[in-house]
This record gives sequence, C-alpha cells and structure tokens, in this order.
Amino acid sequence: MEQPIIHISGLKKSFGDLSVLENIEFNVYKGDVVCLIGSSGSGKSTLLRCVNLLEVPDGGIIEVDGQNILEGSINVNRYRARVGMVFQSFNLFNNMTVLKNCMIAQMKVLHRSREEAEAKALHYLELVGMLEFKNASSLTLSGGQKQRVAIARALCMDPEVLLFDEPTSALDPEMVGEVLEVMKRLAKEGLTMIVVTHEMGFAKDVATHVVFMDKGVIAEEGSAEDIFQNPKEERTRAFLSRYLNQ
Amino acid sequence: MIISLDKAWDIAQKYWPSFMLGVRYTLFLAITGTLAGLLIGLIVAGIRALKVEQRDSFLVKVLKRIFAFVSTVYIEVFRGTPMMVQAMFIYYSFRSTLHWTPIVAGVFIISINTGAYMAEIVRAGIQAVDIGQTEGARSLGMSSFQTMWHVVLPQAIKNSFPAMGNEFIVNIKDSSVLNVISVTDLFFQSSSVAGSIFKVQETFLVTAAIYLFLTYTTSRILGYIEKKMQPKQTGRAGA
Repeated sequence: MEQPIIHISGLKKSFGDLSVLENIEFNVYKGDVVCLIGSSGSGKSTLLRCVNLLEVPDGGIIEVDGQNILEGSINVNRYRARVGMVFQSFNLFNNMTVLKNCMIAQMKVLHRSREEAEAKALHYLELVGMLEFKNASSLTLSGGQKQRVAIARALCMDPEVLLFDEPTSALDPEMVGEVLEVMKRLAKEGLTMIVVTHEMGFAKDVATHVVFMDKGVIAEEGSAEDIFQNPKEERTRAFLSRYLNQ
Repeated sequence: MIISLDKAWDIAQKYWPSFMLGVRYTLFLAITGTLAGLLIGLIVAGIRALKVEQRDSFLVKVLKRIFAFVSTVYIEVFRGTPMMVQAMFIYYSFRSTLHWTPIVAGVFIISINTGAYMAEIVRAGIQAVDIGQTEGARSLGMSSFQTMWHVVLPQAIKNSFPAMGNEFIVNIKDSSVLNVISVTDLFFQSSSVAGSIFKVQETFLVTAAIYLFLTYTTSRILGYIEKKMQPKQTGRAGA
C-alpha cells in the first residue's frame, strides 16, 4: 500500500470554547488534488492552516512523509518551506517587486544563490504568465495577477504539497478563470494540492478526492463523482443543491 | 511691548557667527539624536514585536519576556519624564566616572529620549502592516526574524515615516532644553548674546526666526520625500 504524503488523524482545534475541528481524519497521496468544500465556518480553512502550522492544533497527528510535524523536535521553518501556501488575500510582499517576491525566501530559507533563485523565479513567473510583470511593484497588479504571482512564489520553493486557501474568493469574477487555469495546469502536471474552494466546477473537473466538511467534522468524502453525483449524506445534498442551483 | 526690528537686524548681523555656531550644534544634536533614536526605536520595537511562541525554547521565551519588561520600563520612563530632567540627572550622574563633555552627554540624552518615542512610532507602524504579510513570509519558511527584517520593518518604516520626520522637527526645537547642561546650541548662544548686550527681546526674535526657518525648511523637505515614497500606481487597482 502506497504511503500517503500527508496523513492526518484525530486532529482537534478550538478557539477558546468554540470547537472548530473535531477528530479530523484523512490522507493525501502524491499527485492528489484534494478539494475541501463546505459552507463558511465549517473549518476548512482552519484545517488547511493547521497543515502548515499557521494554526497550532490542540491534538491529533499530522504526518508528512511519515514524520509527525506536531512533535516539538521538528524545524517549523524547514517544514513550511516544503509545504507551500496560497492565500485568499494573496499576501504578496508590498515592499518588493514581483521578481523579488519570488526570490527572497529561496535565498533566505533554501540558501540558493541569487542566480539560481532568479532563474527559478523567472521559470515559474513564465509558467503563470506573469513574466512581463517581473519588475512591477506588487501593489500595481490586479487581483488575478497577484494571485498568479503568489502561486509562482510558492512553486519556487519546490513544495511537495501546495495548499490553496480559497484562492479565488477575493477576485472579481472575470479574474477567477485565469487563476483556475493555472491551478488546472499544475494539477495536470502532477502537483499534489489541497484546495479549499467554493468553485464547485473546479472541484468537479480537477479533484481526485473531495472532502465535504460541516461544523468542524468531515461529513463525507470520496471521488468527485461520488460526492457530486451520488452524495450519501443529506447535508451534502443540501449543501450541493444550494451551490449548484445558484 | 516695544521691539525694534532694526535692532534685531543689527544683532543678527553683528552676532551672526555666534548664532551659526549655535545652529551647528542644534542641527548636530537633532540629526544624530533622530538617527540614533531611530536605530534604538527600530531595535526595541522589532524585538518587542517578536511575540512569545508556543514552540520557542525555554531560554528564548525567558529572554523575550525579560526584554519586553525592560523595554516597557525604558519607554515609559523616558516618555514620562521631561528631557530637561533626564539631562540633569544623567549628565551629573556620570560626569565623574565618564568625564564626558556636555555635547557628548547631550547626544546621548537626546538619542535615548528619541529612541523611546521612536519605539512607539515603529510599533504603531508594525501594527499597521497587514498580518497577511507575516503569514505570507512564514508560510514560505522564513523565520520570525527574517520576516521582521525583510518584510515587516521596511513597510513599518514607510508607514511611520511622517511621524519619524516629526520627531526630527521636535528635536530641532527640544534640543534647546539641553542648555541646562551647557550644550552650546542655538538657545545657549542666544542667551549669551542677549546677556552680553542686555537685549533679550530682539535677540530672541532673531533666535525664533532661525528656529522657524530650520523647522519649516525641514518640514518641506520631509514632505517632498514623503511624496516621492508613494508608489506610482500605473496598473489597475487590485481586486
């Protein structure tokens, strides 16, 4: 049996008295595109943020390549460099150009030379179609452009897994397409991704595995076909019908 | 109030070298005090902003807590007492051990005084930087120090540049209190001139005009730099 890249079990997280994640259990295999769907407040984003330790879980295990990252001994910064993250609000560094955004962590975290970092940055900026903007300040870009740069920035670190936290939710509708296009391309190239999304079309087309979350627990999971064609749970059906009838 | 502008003009011309010597000291104090204060403020605010994290080792946790306490005391004491009092206390406390001259003591005092204000200014600047900037950097594996140094501080400095410039202008004026430890700044020189010719009003009219010229020019220069620092918005505004 193939070993999962990420194995999560018994994961718990609460903010004060409010329990946001309870007993979460799932696996991500190499090349998987896992889509986390569910209504707002169901815990999807918190789960994603736990995977790269922006939130510290209260209990459970997250094993990456067989190593539990919640144990004290691991180097969090080293670990984060292996797991990329793309945010809803882009979070490009406002004090740097597009190119510098893609280079800084390569040089400071992976200790790559300037030349190597630049070559890599140019390669991925081209992949996301943002090469011509390499010298622009990130403040001058549109939302869709920012998000494509943010994806390139994450890819520059050669992550084993890339996490997307509602990458298109803050975008104007006409810019959603360009970002989803890039993500589809990455999926096709075999990049392992976990995507929190409200784009059901994307989940249907691209996901190898869909996880439906409701009130902090995994209510149902399966292939895209299972979830979208034959949902077993009543609440999955209710959620999907609300979305698909829009 | 009888004041003769002609007299004032005569005094300005006759004692111009004295006034200019004072201006040199005043500007020297204001510039070095502001720059050194900025450096102190950046270091203090930067370290204070590194919050205790769950994963820090015990030693790091203890160090962070100690630093937070010491820096809070520093900021409160130096913002909460007059610089004139600080000058008297510090200068005379260390005169016998350090054998320092008034100007050296003056630079030291104005620097640590400004540092306390700058620390608060930079703290506000850091808080104004979106948390997403930090999360973006941390998600790429950058350490909290690297995040602070490469991402947060440059933006915080930009945010708080107007307030920092204001500190410079305040220092041009407030360095005058250092005359209590005989720093020969513009105020001190003016007092000497006024004392030697018994023309207090006219002399200090000249002094006021010089201070006003210094602060006004500075504020225009700072305004120009501030404008230059704004990014050119060429593309579409982000979604």
